[in-house]
Amino acid sequence: MDLENQQRIKDLTDKYGNQNLIVVLGGAEAEASGLAAETVSNGDPTFAGPLAGVQLGLKAYHIFEDEIKNDVAPEVYEEHISMMEMVLDVDEVIKEVKSIREQYTR
Amino acid sequence: MNFAVIKGASYGLIQACNMVVHQGTTQTSEKRKNPDSEYLKKLPEQLRSFEETVQYPPNQAYIGNITPHELADIPRPWYENPLEDANRVGKYGEIMPEDEFIGLIKVVDVFDLVFLEKNFQESAKEKIIIHPVLKDLKGVTKLEKDGMDIEEIEKIVQREYAAEPIYYEHRLVGYVKKAHDYDQALSAHVMFENLVSKASAVYALALLFQKTDLKAQEVDYIIEASEEACGDMNQRGGGNFAKAIGEVCGCVNATGSDTRGFCAAPVHALIEAASLVQAGVYKNVVVLAGGATAKLGMNGKEHVAKKLPVLEDLLGAFAVHVSENDGINPVIRTDVIGKHKIGSGGSPQAVTQALVTEPLEKKGIKFSEIDMFAVEMQNPEITEPAGAGDVPKANYKMIAALGVKQGEFDRADIDNQVARFGMPGFAPTQGHIPSGVPVIGYARDMIMQGKINKAMIIGKGSLFLGRLTHLFDGVSFVMENNTGKVDVGTGVNKEEVRKIIAEAIRNLAGSLKT
Amino acid sequence: MLLLKGKKVAILGDRDGIPGPAIEECVKSAGAEVVFSTTECFV
Repeated sequence: MDLENQQRIKDLTDKYGNQNLIVVLGGAEAEASGLAAETVSNGDPTFAGPLAGVQLGLKAYHIFEDEIKNDVAPEVYEEHISMMEMVLDVDEVIKEVKSIREQYTR
Repeated sequence: MNFAVIKGASYGLIQACNMVVHQGTTQTSEKRKNPDSEYLKKLPEQLRSFEETVQYPPNQAYIGNITPHELADIPRPWYENPLEDANRVGKYGEIMPEDEFIGLIKVVDVFDLVFLEKNFQESAKEKIIIHPVLKDLKGVTKLEKDGMDIEEIEKIVQREYAAEPIYYEHRLVGYVKKAHDYDQALSAHVMFENLVSKASAVYALALLFQKTDLKAQEVDYIIEASEEACGDMNQRGGGNFAKAIGEVCGCVNATGSDTRGFCAAPVHALIEAASLVQAGVYKNVVVLAGGATAKLGMNGKEHVAKKLPVLEDLLGAFAVHVSENDGINPVIRTDVIGKHKIGSGGSPQAVTQALVTEPLEKKGIKFSEIDMFAVEMQNPEITEPAGAGDVPKANYKMIAALGVKQGEFDRADIDNQVARFGMPGFAPTQGHIPSGVPVIGYARDMIMQGKINKAMIIGKGSLFLGRLTHLFDGVSFVMENNTGKVDVGTGVNKEEVRKIIAEAIRNLAGSLKT
Repeated sequence: MLLLKGKKVAILGDRDGIPGPAIEECVKSAGAEVVFSTTECFV
């Protein structure tokens, strides 16, 4: 995850708290998405950025996950996201992000 | 209507292992934050030899010794399946080792900013003066003088911001000095990057002259499409790398300009070139670009962590010759142009629609009529370990998915369609370099051989990286078989008219006799 | 479930996956407020 973005997320969590702020991911791959989810919850596992060793406890969801998808207006999802369900490995991405979220957040 | 044609393309790769370490931004950023990092210690151990890089199958595909479809038949990982009898010289281009390139950087420097250790300079000179593509470049004689002692070089490089060091085989061999005392646009680092871009583009242009019939004096106009900026503090991006590059290669009848558009720039430039030629403004336009040291080893951390070789050790360069319709070479269909408009929307669907569906639909061309799509052709072995996936494949799937949404084929057919019109990625992650252009040489050959009829070339760019807009960008065009008919004039052909009248009078005379 | 309604959302989009602006449209339609949106590019 970009280092500048790590700082922005940190500042936003200070401002809004980790119960009111949700992170939504658009990663192309399971591994990168999982890494982003872990960084915003349990800290940067690569120890590269401002979130190294910092546990924000934020919940991150991928846009493909039902918890997010079901909240979105169907015609909006259809127009902006649906095509990518035929392109990316949806199941793998969802599995990875969900498992990270369940591991590191309450 | 006389479309312009693509008469030839050349492709250059330069191995730059030491520049990975000292100028790649992933590495320089790491050095700034964590100079004792394990990554920086391990990185040099996983750099490749020149032989390994020449034998690496995707690099052979880039210079045209194997086709991208032949690359698909080589088992992965490709770095474990080298092509043992591979040559650094290719059908469309060449691969250059770092020491020759460092010599070339001094050759193209016209402001006395590049200084090399005298023994290193001598050995680089020996290689350049016998190199068929480099030996006649303007400035080769610079390698005959000003060689320095290493102690002097060390002193200068130690002065803060005075000079950008140049290394070879992990030892200091020279530097590029700053071009102004305090002007940041003329800093040593900026001058280094700009000279690398210039030198690598010079290589590609010189290769174009060697591999095709185009002569330097025949070039009317050059459009440079890299992502660098040259200027000074009063005009930071003033530009015209194009003319500077043409000068070194002897293009005495040309002028030029630079087109900027992040990674989409080369395809923008090709459309501009085609338009200029079609309108009769110029006869021979070359679109070209050199490589970027900043992107070297960009995903190095993941490669090193996963015990892969450092695959991003190459600067890329290309040159494409666009010319008047000759009835032979593939045409650039300027009436089948895709553009991502400001109002198009940013979703992958909206982008693909604007670049692929809209231009084809406008002309009643079906997806099935496009035999080949050239998308962002990054080598997946580089991007997959870094979590960015297989970029060409994802692009191909997006095109296929759009075809499904339009009812041209079934969802179950996506993989077949991708196999039909796609190919594996093989270009280095050098931004503008992989964007559509790497396939042009191959597509041209396939069209000339009658194996395919139409190829669509697509370029995309992430404009948001410049922080002036959140917008994405892209343009596309179709390359097509030449029908052989060339329009000879726009108005009435007087000779034709005289012939018709003479024939009519003969016929009348004939009918009066009988 | 209405997870998003009334919440603040930070978007980490991916140029090769789903970019920020596309996700923005989605979460806005769900009644969330977008406080940060970015699109990362690794190529």
